[in-house]
Amino acid sequence: MELETKIKGYILENYLFTDDESQLASGDSLLERGIIDSTGILEVIMFLEDEFGVTVDDDEMVPENLDSVANLVAFVQRKKAAA
Amino acid sequence: MCGIAGILNLNGGPAVEQRELEAMVDRLYHRGPDGHGFYRDAHVGLGHARLSIIDLEGGRQPLHNEDASVWVVFNGEIFNYLELRAELIARGHRFATQSDTEVIVHLYEEYGDDFVHHLNGQFAIALWDIPRKRLVLVRDRVGILPLFYTLQNGRLLFASEIKAILPALDSAPRLNATALDELMTFWAPLTPHTLFEGIEEVSPGQRIVVQNGHITRDTYWDWSFPVDDRYRQGNEDELAAELGELLVDATRIRLRADVPVGAYLSGGLDSSALVSMIHRQGTARLRTFSIGFEDEGLDESGFQQQMIRHVNADHSSIRCDTARVGEAFFDTILRTEAPVLRTAPVPMSLLSGLVREQGYKVVLTGEGSDEVLGGYDLFKEGKIRQFWARNADSSWRPLLIKRLYPYLNLTQAQGLTYLKSFFGTGLDQPESPFFSHMTRWQSTAQCKVFFSEELGAQLRGDAVERLAGGLPEGIQRWHPFNRGQYVEAHTLMSGYLLCSQGDRMLMANSVEGRFPFLDHRVIEFANQLHPRHKMRVLNEKYLLKRVMRPYLPEAIVARHKQPYRAPDIPAFFSGGKTEYVRELLSPEVVSRYGYFDAAKVQRLFQKIERGRAIGYKDNMALVGILSTQLWHYHFVERFHENFRDEGKVVLRGLG
Repeated sequence: MELETKIKGYILENYLFTDDESQLASGDSLLERGIIDSTGILEVIMFLEDEFGVTVDDDEMVPENLDSVANLVAFVQRKKAAA
Repeated sequence: MCGIAGILNLNGGPAVEQRELEAMVDRLYHRGPDGHGFYRDAHVGLGHARLSIIDLEGGRQPLHNEDASVWVVFNGEIFNYLELRAELIARGHRFATQSDTEVIVHLYEEYGDDFVHHLNGQFAIALWDIPRKRLVLVRDRVGILPLFYTLQNGRLLFASEIKAILPALDSAPRLNATALDELMTFWAPLTPHTLFEGIEEVSPGQRIVVQNGHITRDTYWDWSFPVDDRYRQGNEDELAAELGELLVDATRIRLRADVPVGAYLSGGLDSSALVSMIHRQGTARLRTFSIGFEDEGLDESGFQQQMIRHVNADHSSIRCDTARVGEAFFDTILRTEAPVLRTAPVPMSLLSGLVREQGYKVVLTGEGSDEVLGGYDLFKEGKIRQFWARNADSSWRPLLIKRLYPYLNLTQAQGLTYLKSFFGTGLDQPESPFFSHMTRWQSTAQCKVFFSEELGAQLRGDAVERLAGGLPEGIQRWHPFNRGQYVEAHTLMSGYLLCSQGDRMLMANSVEGRFPFLDHRVIEFANQLHPRHKMRVLNEKYLLKRVMRPYLPEAIVARHKQPYRAPDIPAFFSGGKTEYVRELLSPEVVSRYGYFDAAKVQRLFQKIERGRAIGYKDNMALVGILSTQLWHYHFVERFHENFRDEGKVVLRGLG
């Protein structure tokens, strides 16, 4: 849960500029809601790499890994488990 | 150019006093520092601030016809005035001056309100017909020159800039929340809205007649495109020749002036084409002006140099440093009278300052070419997305997007999914007139995340739906490319590029801009062309390149289009004198002004200070919020100091 809190907090803080958790559901598509665009995703990747010490490979830059809080959490968990 | 202002008594309000007119015209001093003039009778008052360019001695305004029954104040230029004058003299009219202004009153005698169809130019006109007690307000076809009006205590007040109307208001203006919502979608409010509640603009191509207390509005000209693919026929050589002739003539008549005329030269295709056309007119040595940036990614000096050598121009350039942009932004909003979403207007005012310093007050500029002849990446993007929508499941069609945005540093197979998600918005509605614009508008609308609850509560309806409600009836029978052109011309071009980034930044230093690509003959011809002559596959402004290739260095014809940009966020955090930024974005001031959520603005500010606000949207949000705060500061908070202290001139001496 701590992972989810951190990731969700980061998205809320940096893209919705709020700490109101009701503004973002874990399953919301970040692209469809216009929260993150195709350049903004690079910022999210920087955050993942800095915060969790994971490295995101090119072939992992797909919405299935990155396009919602739930997907991001699962992705980071998989990466950490594999490390 | 010039500034105009006036007051019409609609139904028994107090007579117009000289000091009221003077207070209005004083606020337009920067538009016309060469003199002023007034007309006043029991019903109306007209005022004029003059920048003398044609008939330096005789061109004072207001001007009238032979028997002084029709009076006019006019801001702009009628480029075909010599031809009109000859025709009118042949019809028996007697002219008292050599000025272009005078053709207006005689044309009105001859053709009534249809006089405007005869004008080739850029103009904001107020004409007073004494016997019929009728006021006619007209603005040029595409919105090069501004004109605003409001109703107040049984009077109609109008002026070239809103700041001239403000001294007549009873109390400080209020922000029009709808207009801000529109601006944070389309980059400009939808016409006739302004940021000032109760103050509207005369729309581009609009004519307003006020008589017997009634106001009638009609559109005398609008962009129009062929229905059902009924494009102009003809082989490409003939079409290219015709376009070339029209452009040369549009340029030729825009060189008419009794003062020397220069040109802006960015090094792009449009300004280079323009400069080559002036060069071919064979006048004196060409005088050109440009701006350079510290940031190499924004700088175009290399291409400028090639063009300067090519036509042996006498060139001056000004270096725009990042911190200076942040400092000058403070006054810029007093000039634009509206928030902006990027700092790009600021360097344009530094550039007009250079022109003035070098003793010039008229420049030709290449603005409008992208809209008329099909140059924006947005049009390419729209075209690719149309092509893709025909087979929405295709995996290779969206790859074309990568050719447009090479900086999207995503590897082919993986980035594809992202491109599809982002640019795929609306693929299910390829017939929407907003097909090419939806992604940009959605992205811009992210600024609204910062709106306060109070502001949100004032909003009614949806900005995009309002725009849809104002579209011409036949638009669905136009080619999708043409629909995009129409929308672009009526939102970004007229609402932002020609005013906040155009007229206001030129006039900041009393410099007149002239726009050959926006000659209505050029627009009407180009609008009859099939889109393949504008965008050939993904080669933009195809026919223009074909016309210009013999006259330009090949590198300029072949270069990739570079959008004009200036530093945004860095401008405010590069050590300049920008203390006002921290103050206006402080939670206390943000809450007091009430438009934005103070906590959210604080978070954005912190993100910037951490150096993490690198995206397009954060830049847009910061500039948009800061300029809205500045708008409030200049026009609401300091209303009394700036606009009610009689005789004080706000802009004199600035800039």
